[in-house]
Amino acid sequence: MSETRFTDQHEWVRIDGDEGTVGITKYATEQLGDVVYVELPSVGKSLAKGAEAAVVESVKAASEVYAPIGGAVTTVNEALNADPATVNASPEGDGWFFKMKIADASEATKLMTAAAYADYVKGL
Amino acid sequence: MRYLPLAKDDRAAMLRKIGARDVDALFRDVPKAAAARVSDFDLPDMQGELEVERYLSRLAAKNVAAGDAPFFCGAGAYKHHVPAAVDHLIQRSEFLTSYTPYQPEISQGTLQCLFEFQTQVALITGMDVANASLYDGSTATAEAVLMAMRVTRRPKAILSGGLHPHYGETVRTVAHLHGEVVRAPVSPGRAEDVIALIDDQTACVVVQSPDVFGLIRDLKPIAEAAHAKGALLVAVVTEVVSLGLLEPPGHQGADIVAAEGQSIGNGLNFGGPYVGLFATRDKFVRQMPGRLCGETVDADGRRGYVLTLSTREQHIRREKATSNICTNSGLCALAFTIHLSLLGEEGLTRLARLNHARAAALADRLAKVKGVSAVTPAFFNEFTLRLPKPAAEVVDTLAAKGVIAGVPASRLMPSNAAVRDLLIVAATETTSDEDCTAFAAALTEVLS
Amino acid sequence: MTMNSQGRPSAPAADKQAELPTISGDRGLDHEEKLIFELGRAGVSGVDLPDVAVSDVRLGGLRRRDAIGLPGLSEPEVVRHYVRLSRMNYAIDAGLYPLGSCTMKHNPRLNEKLARLPGFADLHPLAPLPASQGALALIAELSRWLTTLTGMPAVAMSPKAGAHGELCGILTIRAAVEARGEARTRVLVPESAHGTNPATAAFAGFTVDEVKATPEGRVDMASLKEKLGPDVAAFMLTNPNTCGLFERDVLEIADMIHAAGAYFYCDGANFNAIAGRVRPGDLGVDAMHINLHKTFSTPHGGGGPGAGPVVLSERLAAYAPLPLLVHDAKGFRLIEDESALPAGAKPFGRMSAFHGQMGMFVRALAYMLSHGRDGIRQASEDAVLSANYILASLKDVMSAPYEGPCMHEALFDDTFLHDTGVTTLDFAKAMIDEGYHPMTMYFPLVVHGAMLIEPTESESKESLDRFIQVLRAMALDAKARQRARFEGAPRLVPRRRLDETSASRKPVLRWKTPDLPKAAE
Repeated sequence: MSETRFTDQHEWVRIDGDEGTVGITKYATEQLGDVVYVELPSVGKSLAKGAEAAVVESVKAASEVYAPIGGAVTTVNEALNADPATVNASPEGDGWFFKMKIADASEATKLMTAAAYADYVKGL
Repeated sequence: MRYLPLAKDDRAAMLRKIGARDVDALFRDVPKAAAARVSDFDLPDMQGELEVERYLSRLAAKNVAAGDAPFFCGAGAYKHHVPAAVDHLIQRSEFLTSYTPYQPEISQGTLQCLFEFQTQVALITGMDVANASLYDGSTATAEAVLMAMRVTRRPKAILSGGLHPHYGETVRTVAHLHGEVVRAPVSPGRAEDVIALIDDQTACVVVQSPDVFGLIRDLKPIAEAAHAKGALLVAVVTEVVSLGLLEPPGHQGADIVAAEGQSIGNGLNFGGPYVGLFATRDKFVRQMPGRLCGETVDADGRRGYVLTLSTREQHIRREKATSNICTNSGLCALAFTIHLSLLGEEGLTRLARLNHARAAALADRLAKVKGVSAVTPAFFNEFTLRLPKPAAEVVDTLAAKGVIAGVPASRLMPSNAAVRDLLIVAATETTSDEDCTAFAAALTEVLS
Repeated sequence: MTMNSQGRPSAPAADKQAELPTISGDRGLDHEEKLIFELGRAGVSGVDLPDVAVSDVRLGGLRRRDAIGLPGLSEPEVVRHYVRLSRMNYAIDAGLYPLGSCTMKHNPRLNEKLARLPGFADLHPLAPLPASQGALALIAELSRWLTTLTGMPAVAMSPKAGAHGELCGILTIRAAVEARGEARTRVLVPESAHGTNPATAAFAGFTVDEVKATPEGRVDMASLKEKLGPDVAAFMLTNPNTCGLFERDVLEIADMIHAAGAYFYCDGANFNAIAGRVRPGDLGVDAMHINLHKTFSTPHGGGGPGAGPVVLSERLAAYAPLPLLVHDAKGFRLIEDESALPAGAKPFGRMSAFHGQMGMFVRALAYMLSHGRDGIRQASEDAVLSANYILASLKDVMSAPYEGPCMHEALFDDTFLHDTGVTTLDFAKAMIDEGYHPMTMYFPLVVHGAMLIEPTESESKESLDRFIQVLRAMALDAKARQRARFEGAPRLVPRRRLDETSASRKPVLRWKTPDLPKAAE
């Protein structure tokens, strides 16, 4: 049973036991425009909650992607290197950035639920 | 004032539209204490073309132009013949008076030229990809070192002793803020052992070939040693015409090439503006500094060009940019591209052979002068001689006799007593037999 | 229908005719042009050189083995190629170029002529000093103009562009801070700053912290006060600022910076608004670069070369980089190394191989001598007058975020385009079809959909009036939601909007032969 949580920096993390899958939200991709490049973290890298994990670029903007929760990177979505447009096409599906082994699952409880994030975005 | 179109009446009408009493009202935000009057400036008033031309022509006449005398200076700037078409074309208004091509629809001329430039630089250096130019060879070298530190995430740069000392200082000035810069000892005419200095903290080794004494360096073993330790090889070229005759650094394992492009298309200009060439491997392209032009299509599907990968640059990335550079050396890069297009494959290779032949003949001649010995066994168009007395004195004496004999090594490294008697001499296609004869005769006389 | 004197229609009867494709693909004076690598052939060259054979004896075994891959073309072909390419560019010589903060003013041709005098253009940077006295005298004279106009005691001439000058200024400050034995690690920049400011500070090893702007587009003094501290090395401020406004609290700002023990770096990108009227030295500035290619009109050349000398206050002068120019009984001399420094000099290092952009120095000095102190002041005043004229003439139909008067550039935002379906980008691209280069867009970042218009002093009132008339009509069209001229603009140009997304996703950065031989690997 997985659960997806959101940050106010527009990352999402899907939690499956001690595995977290991280990406950026549909709202973020709409703000960025066409994604042209994604710089992914190296596998094995250990990230604290809020640390810079990846970079996502459009033609005219570059944004850091922060780790929604702490943990070690286990897999990165290599497919994004070949086709960064996947982030636009499926931000919360095939456009995921990386998977991590979650260090402290309790950190997730402080993140927004889907409903709370929807409200948050409405207020922006 | 001939450059100002507004007439007095125009100014008055414009002020009325604005609703300002006078022009001072527009400067009302300037604090009173900081408002200056014309008389506060101890400077002359406006002058006509004639007066300005007369004044500056007089200053120009006090210099000895390279074309005015038998002339043998190199050491990072070279006198070559630039075809008349080059200067004519770069003075076209559409090239000269346009801005950076931020609006690609009305800048395809500049953009296509940059794309051609990038391709030419990649071809002559033997690299995958080149940027749209940097300020000059020395700043390109500094950028190369910083890029190597970013790519390898290591702090140390090793500079060959044969790297032009001013390049070394330019590198040290910025790179020491981000890591450590180690200079190998200077060994004129010999390859020093930079390999021994490479360790697991080394980001890059910087080797110039031909080096500041003119020596052609074999980069392959250095590249292999650097790569074995996870470091990069930065190859520096100050005389790009050499690439018409010599194995390019890209074929010798260089990871980044930083070069001075002045020799092709650009005059000596007392040191600037010049054009920095910067080339690397495809895999490092997103770590490159400076502008890049790329191919794409327009809304009608027609091929066109744009500035691209701009997210590396300061106007988007701000403090996380790969460099703070904004400009490239646009017009100098254009001159380079036009000259190289005129030369073509045959022209560049012939030009390079001619340069080497002239220099070889001159070296043979000067080495026969009593007391003079050759220092550089392998060279392109520049070599070093050991004189029986301080080279700076000899150069000054020869200058008084109307021969500009080259660059004394002490001019570049004043505190190094070991190079006091060394003279760095360059010859190019512009060097005539008469120039060589005059040099040999004057040197014989001065040393006897 | 318009009729000419012969009674024939002066325009094609049917619009359809204009759309008929040509057989050649060219359209009248608009020629399509291939890449140089797609032209030419082996065995042809545009330069005649003797074919000399050389032995390998002195090449160290490193003779090139493979062909380079350059095409061969004759001179007429090369000339035609680049002339055709040139015709695809907009240029200040051809029309108004209102790029805010870029200062596209007229480039006098006298300056080009003088920079090409052999005594300057054909002078080697390491020529013996007695053979270079005229060039050194010119650098000294240009230095005198720059220090006099800015009211600053010293200048470093070697930086090669504005950003390079910024770096030089910040490194000078760094050296001064280190000489005081202090650990100041932060540099402050306003949030409206140009991207080079934070990039430069980071390049020089500092961390960057932003100071807020007020709703009036100026430095928020409370925010500055809060950010200043014993770890701040410098505040970098553009004045006039990037919104085209003079920072009226500048004296107080300078006092606050100095009281905190930091230095005041001024980005001189907009000096052209105040030259001859305001001396930055009187504003408490410690270091300021001057873009010779903006204020003193050396040509932009499609993106360079520029030149960025840095004027320095008394407190910083000692740390100026090598080379140093000195004058004594024997004439001018260059000090190029630390072995023989004059008393008190503590240069932080070297910015580049030689002495700066001499070719640009000649042009800039020719510009200054032509204008004189009175003409430089007049040029600044005309630039400011023209920008205010544009602001006053457009602010009822476009939207200006800040009250005037402005300095040399007029800033608008996209409020007037709200709900029209037209964006700042569309508006700017439609200007191209009207024969104008667009203004600077989306800068400064503090203003939504910014449009920054800098007319410079080079435009006549007729030219300004026509520009105003066109922009007014465009703004009214946009408000009336007549979007035809904005959608898909520009249409009347060599290329329409280009696909920058695919250019970034799959970068093609050089031409390649379809079958590049393996030997070139």
